[in-house]
Amino acid sequence: MASSEISDNILYQKLQEMIAAKKDLRDPLIEILRDAQEIFGYLPAAVQELIAQELNLPISKVYGVVTFYNYFSQIPLGKYVINVCTGTACFVKGAPKLIQMLEDELGIKAGETSEDGLFTISTVRCVGACSLAPVLLIGEETFGRIDSRAKLVEILDKFRTLA
Amino acid sequence: MSLKRTDVLLCCGSGCVSAGSLKIKSKLIEVIEQHGLSSEINIIETGCMGPCDYGPVMLVYPEGIFYKKVQVKDVEELVEEHFLKGRPVKRLMLKSEDTIFQTKKDIPFYKNQVKVALENCGYIDPEKIDEYIAMGGYEALGRAVTEMNPEEVIDIIKKSGLRGRGGGGFPTGLKWENVKNSESDQKYVICNGDEGDPGAFMDRSLLEGDPHKILEGMMIAAYATGANYGFFYIRAEYPLAIKRIKNALSQAKEYGLLGNDILGSGFSFDAEVRTGAGAFVCGEETALIASIKGERGQPVSKPPYPSESGVYQKPTLVNNVETLGNIATIINKGADWFASMGTATSKGTKVFALTGDVKNTGLVEVPMGITLHDLIFEVGGGMVAGKKFKAVQLGGPSGGCLTADHLDTAIDYESLREKGAMMGSGGVIVMADNNCMVNIAKFFLEFSLDESCGKCTPCRVGLKEMYTILENITAGKGRSGDIEKLENLGKTISGTSLCGLGQAAPNPVLSTIRYFRQEYESHIEAKSCPTCVCLDLMHFDIDKDKCIGCSLCAQKCPVNCISGSREEKYTIHQADCIKCGNCQEVCPVNAVDKISGAAEKEEKLNSVAELYQ
Ligand SMILES: Cc1cc2nc3c(=O)[nH]c(=O)nc-3n(C[C@H](O)[C@H](O)[C@H](O)COP(=O)(O)O)c2cc1C
Ligand code: SF4
Ligand code: SF4
Ligand code: FES
Repeated sequence: MASSEISDNILYQKLQEMIAAKKDLRDPLIEILRDAQEIFGYLPAAVQELIAQELNLPISKVYGVVTFYNYFSQIPLGKYVINVCTGTACFVKGAPKLIQMLEDELGIKAGETSEDGLFTISTVRCVGACSLAPVLLIGEETFGRIDSRAKLVEILDKFRTLA
Repeated sequence: MSLKRTDVLLCCGSGCVSAGSLKIKSKLIEVIEQHGLSSEINIIETGCMGPCDYGPVMLVYPEGIFYKKVQVKDVEELVEEHFLKGRPVKRLMLKSEDTIFQTKKDIPFYKNQVKVALENCGYIDPEKIDEYIAMGGYEALGRAVTEMNPEEVIDIIKKSGLRGRGGGGFPTGLKWENVKNSESDQKYVICNGDEGDPGAFMDRSLLEGDPHKILEGMMIAAYATGANYGFFYIRAEYPLAIKRIKNALSQAKEYGLLGNDILGSGFSFDAEVRTGAGAFVCGEETALIASIKGERGQPVSKPPYPSESGVYQKPTLVNNVETLGNIATIINKGADWFASMGTATSKGTKVFALTGDVKNTGLVEVPMGITLHDLIFEVGGGMVAGKKFKAVQLGGPSGGCLTADHLDTAIDYESLREKGAMMGSGGVIVMADNNCMVNIAKFFLEFSLDESCGKCTPCRVGLKEMYTILENITAGKGRSGDIEKLENLGKTISGTSLCGLGQAAPNPVLSTIRYFRQEYESHIEAKSCPTCVCLDLMHFDIDKDKCIGCSLCAQKCPVNCISGSREEKYTIHQADCIKCGNCQEVCPVNAVDKISGAAEKEEKLNSVAELYQ
């Protein structure tokens, strides 16, 4: 508990610094929310309140923006967010099957986080790697042509050993 | 570009990177060093070369040798044989049945292509402004700001016939003129890099592969319209594109190409990057402008158009990435040259993202007016082995599906629209005959429904209504009259929605009804999905003549609904089958078939356990 408070403090300090650096840009709300999500992994209510306060905006406006854009999350995500591309090319080449395999392997549904906090299954619309369909992203790394369970398991294992 | 003996161009576009090109790069550096060749060989990381399907790809100059699917284990041989002894490695070259394509210009994939926007993409290191300048970069800007007045620039763009590549196809020169004619102390230019169509990646490749060219295009646009500040609006999902543009901006600043009094011309310009946060509707220009201001990205009705009142109520020019990518080349080579390509109404070239069941997936740039047939079967190399062409989808969620009957269509804005599809941003998804068109229509509708901003009722509620009908049809609950209902709803939504999203969202449904009506009917009337994609309208069956009674399928069935014996062979008890498809996957003799139509469920068992008594 204590240690998480300390790290929370460090995170909040980072947030404050970042806000201070970007505050004077014109209309920096979305940019700041993006950075805040990078720092915290998600956007808890307390963070949204702080940003509203610092930018002198009504909290409702901040909340309105957070809920409008798919990129922002209000719930904590796993250490590795697996973004399965559900764009057209991936759909045609078997993205639904890939999601089903992932759900089987991790025992969770899309949108959920595994019990060990390691993986979240999420979907994105087209990551622009259509020629490698079906594609998934973990962090900034793209994995293409995942058309068999074996390939998928190999990728998951790689991240399990990293963790 | 360099004084070294050999240039190795390694594709580091997104496709090739995920196929492993960065690992190739470190291995290359290592092996080249081992052989003491570092001073003779130049490794250049480029943007996408186009044939992403063959990634990682590599081009070696001066010969122009093209290598495909290079693996780390091949590097040693490449360096020793080719770079050291001058004997290109045939094994890694592209082949057809009877020919080996040694160099890039031999490859059929490139033959019908003409690169304008993609001119430098795959040739230069996008992180180095010097390489862009060496290819003639910023010359067009220099000429425009020092030798031409804004009217002359606009005149060239008008004459070239260039139309917006972001989907709408609005004449670019005319749009520039509108912005120029709006009186204001301050104007803006926006480069629309939201690329929302889930099947297109040309804007990403351009931003990543040749960022300076887009910046140069933006600056010429700014000069012509009287703007002095620009925004690059780029999707958050494209972190590398964001990085490359930021890098390009700071390099241009260093070289005095951005800032005050550029090239001593009195023209001043600066720009910044704004990131989108995952909302398709933000590609629509008024929503984009709201998003730049840090607000929810909801469209507003036009007029006023952004050219009169955009960012901060100032006249704003919004152009797509690819549109801007054409500008410098048009200024350099002239309007007539550009207008000599294409059809009566659509000039120049267009970049397409070829994907789906086609052999050469990747990024291609071809003259407007090429036929769909040539695009798919010549440039694209035809269907992947063993698959038969059924349809091609153009224009993403706003577009439609065309059939084999349309393959002779010459592609331009008008011809596609007339046939119920759209140019859109240039996503081309080729579909083989195992695709269910009702299911495809449902996919696109779900996308639009998801992405509707919810502002107007026809889009928010109407699309939901259409989606529910499609869901019922694919689940075997379709009723006669559903097709007509879909058509009526579609027309109403198109006619009454505020922005392009709602207006175009019914297109995928309407176009598939138009060309594949019998497929809808078979789902509704016969309760059968002809392609066995819709699980409620198909079933698995074991062909007793082929079955060898190995029992593998029974072991893998998660609900134990397969029973039998070596002698009697195996049977699926349909009432309990959940259609997971495991049996088909494991059967060693392909005895498990997919059959259209729901199974007759008369053999319902009281309990699965009975099977094993
Ligand atoms: C729902 C919707 C999404 C759009 N998405 C994009 C996009 O991702 N990229 C783009 O350049 N234009 C997009 N547009 C078109 C823009 O509104 C605008 O017309 C275009 O950026 C103008 O540039 P152009 O004239 O150079 O094509 C979209 C339009 C709509 C209605
Ligand atoms: S048509 Fe749809 S996306 Fe466009 S403004 Fe209306 S509700 Fe929003
Ligand atoms: S796996 Fe194939 S061969 Fe073996 S029992 Fe099942 S249907 Fe028959
Ligand atoms: S990413 Fe390398 S060819 Fe497209």
